[in-house]
Amino acid sequence: MSGLLNTSIARKIAMALSGLFLIIFLTQHFVINFTSVVSPENFNEISHFMGTNALVQFLLQPVLIFGVVFHFVMGFALELKNRQARNAKYAMYKGSANASWVSRNMIISGMVVLAFLGLHFYDFWVPEMVYKYIEFNPEDPARYFPELVHKFESPVRTGIYVVSFALLALHLWHGFQSAFQTMGVNNKYTPAIKTLGKTFAVVIPFGFVFIALFHHFNQF
Amino acid sequence: MSTLDSKIPQGPLADMWTKHKNEINLVNPANKRNIDVIVVGTGLAGGSAAATLAELGYNVKTFCYQDSPRRAHSIAAQGGINAAKNYQGDGDSVYRLFYDTVKGGDYRAREANVYRLAEVSANIIDQCVAQGVPFAREYGGLLDNRSFGGVLVSRTFYAKGQTGQQLLLGAYSAMNRQINRGKIKSYNRHEMLDLVIVDGKARGIIARNLVTGEIERHSAHAVVIASGGYGNVFFLSTNAMGSNVTASWKIHKKGAYFANPCFTQIHPTCIPVSGEHQSKLTLMSESLRNDGRIWVPKKLEDAKAIREGKLKPTALAEEDRDYYLERRYPSFGNLVPRDVASRAAKERCDAGFGVNATGEAVYLDFSSAIMRYGREKAVTSGIKNPTEDQVRKLGEEVIEAKYGNLFQMYEKIVDENPYKTPMKIYPAVHYTMGGIWVDYNLMTTIPGCYAAGEANFSDHGANRLGASALMQGLADGYFVLPYTIGDYLSKDIRTGEISTDLPEFEEAENHVKAQISKLINNNGTNSVDYYHKKLGKIMWNKCGMARNEQGLKEAIEEISALREDFYKNVRVPGEESGKNSELEKAMRVADFLELGELFAKDALHRNESCGGHFREEYQTEEGEALRDDENFKYVAAWEYKGEPKDAVLHKEELIYENIELKTRSYK
Amino acid sequence: MNLKLKIWRQKDADSAGKMVDYEISDVSPDMSFLEMLDVLNEDLIAKGDDPVEFDHDCREGICGACSLQINGEPHGPDRGVTTCQLHMRKFKDGDTIYIEPFRAKAFPVVKDLIVDRSSFDRIQQAGGYISVNTSGNTIDANAIPVNKHDADKAFDAATCIGCGACVAACKNASAMLFTSAKVSQFALLPQGQVEATDRVMNMVRQMDLEGFGNCTNTGACEIECPKGISLENIARMNREYLAASLKG
Repeated sequence: MSGLLNTSIARKIAMALSGLFLIIFLTQHFVINFTSVVSPENFNEISHFMGTNALVQFLLQPVLIFGVVFHFVMGFALELKNRQARNAKYAMYKGSANASWVSRNMIISGMVVLAFLGLHFYDFWVPEMVYKYIEFNPEDPARYFPELVHKFESPVRTGIYVVSFALLALHLWHGFQSAFQTMGVNNKYTPAIKTLGKTFAVVIPFGFVFIALFHHFNQF
Repeated sequence: MSTLDSKIPQGPLADMWTKHKNEINLVNPANKRNIDVIVVGTGLAGGSAAATLAELGYNVKTFCYQDSPRRAHSIAAQGGINAAKNYQGDGDSVYRLFYDTVKGGDYRAREANVYRLAEVSANIIDQCVAQGVPFAREYGGLLDNRSFGGVLVSRTFYAKGQTGQQLLLGAYSAMNRQINRGKIKSYNRHEMLDLVIVDGKARGIIARNLVTGEIERHSAHAVVIASGGYGNVFFLSTNAMGSNVTASWKIHKKGAYFANPCFTQIHPTCIPVSGEHQSKLTLMSESLRNDGRIWVPKKLEDAKAIREGKLKPTALAEEDRDYYLERRYPSFGNLVPRDVASRAAKERCDAGFGVNATGEAVYLDFSSAIMRYGREKAVTSGIKNPTEDQVRKLGEEVIEAKYGNLFQMYEKIVDENPYKTPMKIYPAVHYTMGGIWVDYNLMTTIPGCYAAGEANFSDHGANRLGASALMQGLADGYFVLPYTIGDYLSKDIRTGEISTDLPEFEEAENHVKAQISKLINNNGTNSVDYYHKKLGKIMWNKCGMARNEQGLKEAIEEISALREDFYKNVRVPGEESGKNSELEKAMRVADFLELGELFAKDALHRNESCGGHFREEYQTEEGEALRDDENFKYVAAWEYKGEPKDAVLHKEELIYENIELKTRSYK
Repeated sequence: MNLKLKIWRQKDADSAGKMVDYEISDVSPDMSFLEMLDVLNEDLIAKGDDPVEFDHDCREGICGACSLQINGEPHGPDRGVTTCQLHMRKFKDGDTIYIEPFRAKAFPVVKDLIVDRSSFDRIQQAGGYISVNTSGNTIDANAIPVNKHDADKAFDAATCIGCGACVAACKNASAMLFTSAKVSQFALLPQGQVEATDRVMNMVRQMDLEGFGNCTNTGACEIECPKGISLENIARMNREYLAASLKG
């Protein structure tokens, strides 16, 4: 195991693994959120379970936070190292000639997503933690849906939400199949993986956007 | 008068090499650690020799002018490598390869050396496969072969059109293993500028570090020159821009005889010169002649119209075309050996039938092959009554599968689509059979100084067969030199390290420094290329595909005058220190200016036509080469005596005991 | 045609360099890019200036010596060719052409447009070979049958000319395509299996030591590679590496 994490490829693989983990998380998050459009009762039920189940709260949640932090910290570390690998810049560098904007600017889309995550934590996670573990408010299994809808009242916040997910879509557009390439998967299934990745990159983020807009325009 | 001892072992040809290996002295492994060997050049011969010598335990230093050993010009060889494996079961054998090589070389090669070459050829393939060289394979997983250059068997192993590259990378990987072990020290971007002789033995070299400009002394117990051929004396050739004769020429000036300098191979299928700016010629693999038909217009007025762009070649009717190789050589047709094909192209162009603006090009036409393959393909694909367009399309696909990369290369360079309009080709200087004279052990006339690969003269006589250069380079480097050098080095086990403080090193270094300083401070008016191009023109016009007494005499005078002018009026910008490509070129051209004259002198003295050397005075009524075995069945080895014109001739008589001398006929 | 050239001039590794403007006239469209530079250099020499230094040798696209970042792309705008095979017909009269050295920390400038690519040699020295001595008694070449499909793929990987365009094109100056091509060649052949674990570990370690960046799968290397070396090789090296690190 000597090669793990101290070489470029090991770090890449760690990046890919954490990214794939976050993709899985994103999928389940989307599924839960989507129930809010279909059935507020189901949404409340699932949210209540997620919010109170010890396994989710004390095992999966820390793992998720670690995954997020790891992906970002490693992302920044690699970007810094990669910039050092070219100490003298080109007077003319035509990156667009041979690679997509998305693939060359993962750090930008990543940073926007990071900023959004800050806001998201401030909006949902921090109040939730305060509600449960600091103020020790009594659990109300029906509170989740109204809270959610309330958050999408502001057009500004909804706008930020939409933009952030657009950037996440770009991040995933490259990141999804890139993770597979890094894991060494490049074979006859690669075209299918690329299509799947691009579909995922469109469907999931714009699904989130749909949910946000749905609630924004359906304020009660 | 001969002072040449070729040291050919006694006994029957087939047992010679084995017997010789058994009888020569060996160096014990512990002693090898105390012996240093310098290898100049890291192509197939140098790279493989360096790796093998290091494996054996010697301390090896390699020198190359490129930034990496991997860039040596062996890398550009396209077609393949011959070996008498007889994998195809078509009757090949060591003897047949030996026979074909001697005959192909027009009976001017040494029997014993060629037989050994054929003998070890099979080992080369084994060795390269073990190293991971990805040769072409058949679906059964075994190695594929193809036929090449007019021989009657399929014995050529290949890796698409990049066989040289793959073999060189194999030798380079073997070197890398030894570099990693610390047994090879690789001096890249270094150029050898003199040989140091101590007590009559080669003991080191003076080299210039091409990055810093420093002049360095390197000592060793033996020096191997594997620096390739001297085709760049013609300025335009298929050689790399940096390919040069300097290392060979420096040892020649220190006592190594230079053999058969006039034996130069002019390859028939190269892309023609497009203008004065041209820096280099590009080869199109000989394999194209398997399917392409070579022609020029029958009528002078058609040729003129084509040259002026008023007539398209495709518009010319079949009966107005002269397929001159098929006409002159009905049995071999377009597949005659290289020297014959080249001369025939020159003959037609000289007569005014050339087809490009410069008048120096002939057509290589694939249209009949396209239609032939197209019809075959239509039958096998079950298409009944195909249209002409369908057939053409199918045929083009077949041709693309066979030669796609070559056609693409042609189109990139010439900007014409060779599927639609015939390729234009013209002969170009490609390989030099001549080189440093060596004995059976590959030792030059300087004790302890060896020459391997294209740098030596030994195996190809007056004309080299296709796919034999790679074979010879690797045979010398992997399988011959590492054994024979031990015989010499066995006497050096008590010598100890050679000091670079010896006066001989000092003297050689000062000599080199003086030459550099003279060139840098010359402050003339003409660039180095100005002289190189002029030299090239003289060589091409008077020592090229056809030579005659008058032209050669003029060439000698002209080259000598050009050399004088060079030293007066050349301008080398920049400084002695640091990277200075113009200085590097100047040093090389200075040597070419001497070699060129010796070349002409050798061509002038050889009053016969053989292989790549065609003297207009010595031809049959049909214009074929006329060899003179009675008077010229020898190797001409020249000893340096101050000026090229004063060089002294030494003859090594060639004895053919295993092959009957015949006139080559491809009619 | 007439062209404006902006060329990087730098006296040696320790000096600072700068872009210098040149003008060149009567350029023939049939010239190769390097022949155009030859003409410029002849002009400079005639004027008493120092010619522009650039690496080149075979001029037929196989030795890998020529480099040059031309208008922001390694080996210029044409695909599947090296600079020596790039012809001036790809440019128009009046064009401005930027000519710079390949840029990477692991490719320090030697002079003008020449860079030191010995880092590539050191990566290969770390394990890019099969440890077999020259003996003349190795087993017969046909005793090791190789699946044609694998042999062809090994050949494709082995056609890398080590020019460094992949590094020059990559926004991270990563040498993954180069390193993976060599790892792949041996990984695909039975002869290469014995040392596979050590080979990939050692070559990757050396690649990192040289200061190349990480691969972020932008694919620029594959597009700019004059020999069309595929990204598949990088995936294969990642697999080999993963397997080797789990094993070792």
